[in-house]
Amino acid sequence: MARSQRAKRGATVTLDVSGVKDAPDEVGTGHLLSARGLRAAYAGRTRDTVAVDDVSLYVNDGEVLGIAGESGCGKSTLAAVLSLTARPPLNVLGGELDVAGKRLSFEPDKAPPRSWRGTVVSLLPQGAMNSLSPTMRVGDFAVRIVAAHEGKVKRTDALARAAERFTQLDLPDRVLQAYPHQLSGGMKQRVVTVLSTLLDPQLLIADEPTSALDVSSQRVVIELLREMINQRLVGGVIFVTHDLPVLRLVADRVAIMYAGQIHETGPTEDVINRARHPYTGALLRSVLVPEPQIRTRRIAGITGSPPDLAAPPPGCRFHPRCSLAMDVCHTEQPPIVGDERHYATCWWAKDHPGEPVEAHL
Amino acid sequence: MTDLLTVEGLTKVFGRKASVVRAVDDVSFSISPGSITTVVGESGSGKSTLARLILGLIPPTSGRIELNGKDVTNLPNRELSGYWREVQAVFQDPFSAFNQFFHVRRLLARSRRLIGVDGDALEERMQFALDQVGLDREVLHKYPHQLSGGQRQRVMIARALMMRPVLLIADEATSMLDASLRANVLNVLTDLRRDMGLTILFITHDIGQACYVSDRVLVMKQGKLVESGPADDVIFRPQNEYTQQLLADVPRLHGEV
Repeated sequence: MARSQRAKRGATVTLDVSGVKDAPDEVGTGHLLSARGLRAAYAGRTRDTVAVDDVSLYVNDGEVLGIAGESGCGKSTLAAVLSLTARPPLNVLGGELDVAGKRLSFEPDKAPPRSWRGTVVSLLPQGAMNSLSPTMRVGDFAVRIVAAHEGKVKRTDALARAAERFTQLDLPDRVLQAYPHQLSGGMKQRVVTVLSTLLDPQLLIADEPTSALDVSSQRVVIELLREMINQRLVGGVIFVTHDLPVLRLVADRVAIMYAGQIHETGPTEDVINRARHPYTGALLRSVLVPEPQIRTRRIAGITGSPPDLAAPPPGCRFHPRCSLAMDVCHTEQPPIVGDERHYATCWWAKDHPGEPVEAHL
Repeated sequence: MTDLLTVEGLTKVFGRKASVVRAVDDVSFSISPGSITTVVGESGSGKSTLARLILGLIPPTSGRIELNGKDVTNLPNRELSGYWREVQAVFQDPFSAFNQFFHVRRLLARSRRLIGVDGDALEERMQFALDQVGLDREVLHKYPHQLSGGQRQRVMIARALMMRPVLLIADEATSMLDASLRANVLNVLTDLRRDMGLTILFITHDIGQACYVSDRVLVMKQGKLVESGPADDVIFRPQNEYTQQLLADVPRLHGEV
């Protein structure tokens, strides 16, 4: 039952995607990346924990897609799957990935081609700036990246390539001579960001790249990502974070993830100003920004915590924490409401077409 | 009303000669009882050094700290434990602050060495501390890995409350939590102020959080206090150029990007 519903849901999305025939780009070629029905699970002793459950998404050429949600919602797992870096105990159970005209079908026990990593999709992992080796100059690290993927490369050539890339992005190329401890946090984050795109990937997946930085450095890193897209150094970026105001700065579209599934997706301003899913609304209401209304209102946060993905609740996975939950939410998988541009999977949204959720919470 | 804490000309210099860093540079301010004062600033502005100085964890290079009119600047070791009964702290990382092998009861009970109570009186204090942070007695039997980040941070606040302190220093206590949990922990702090009249010194780099909880805001830059005043003034009518820049960089949910 649950399986067939999931299949149907996947089908609806695909149908919607093909529905935009009159868009200037042809379907398939317009998307830099499209993923369908991704499923990935952590193998456990007694049962598997499905951390990415039937996720479909796309990224257009030149676009930043933001993925937001609380800790433990599967964001980083999704990043690992999309960047083809999933390793046991994380197993990709199924799904299809189209990147820049190439197709990859995930099957259990079949590893994706290693040659795609770093060149087709590249991952900038969470906390990457702290994993620079303290005994290695930034330049040496750059040389190793190039050598690991392209075999015998002259050291001077690799260094020149890195220096050129740094100059192109207005970063001083002397940082190549520096050890990590000589760089500030913001500079380290910019360095690993540039290094992660040294092999000209089509898509960069950045996992919480700004979360450890203060606001001024955050802005600089976001401008760097934008500049890399403008200069066509990367085709597109998937930006994973739990910080919605940051997504407003960087992302063209956002996908809200909860309990391993995408519950709402749409253009950033639409989702923030006219959220349709109660979870999105609850996330928005717990944001603390220096605006006058914050000083007089009590922010409640979201009660409870995300479910254990080894045994997710039946029906809508958000219903135990949802203030708008109805009887049907406890038992039935929620329908997809909206169009291909902006949709939410929610029973409440179905009963209240076109209404933003925030006023009802 | 007399001030609870007064800091005058506090300075801490690290390093020598060419590599000298004035982490806290001639900082003066005072905190009135029952208020929440927030120190904001970028990484490296000296916020945490200031917290450690006030806690007596490191000696200042110069300057003076007074608690309730008593000079506590360079307390001898035997008086420090008495001082820590009055001034307690909660730090940033809810994951490394725990001994993984102690359940919560053992963690909280360790405070008996400082407060000198045992048996029923200790139980009573535990109950009171847990009530204040909104946790059930159930957590007493749990180990840190069984708690979420938000719960851990609330246990840490409960641990600080075992002392019945007059001043609580929260150094980036919510920075490693999700936005959805952050508000919960901040509400615990504002409730403590309202219900117990606890005085709180809150340290953060996030102006949004400062805006939510503070009565007064102090802005630090490279060890110096560049602006201070009531939260509404500092956040909505900043005078200092640096404060204005800091506020301009904060990503917002509404209005211009």
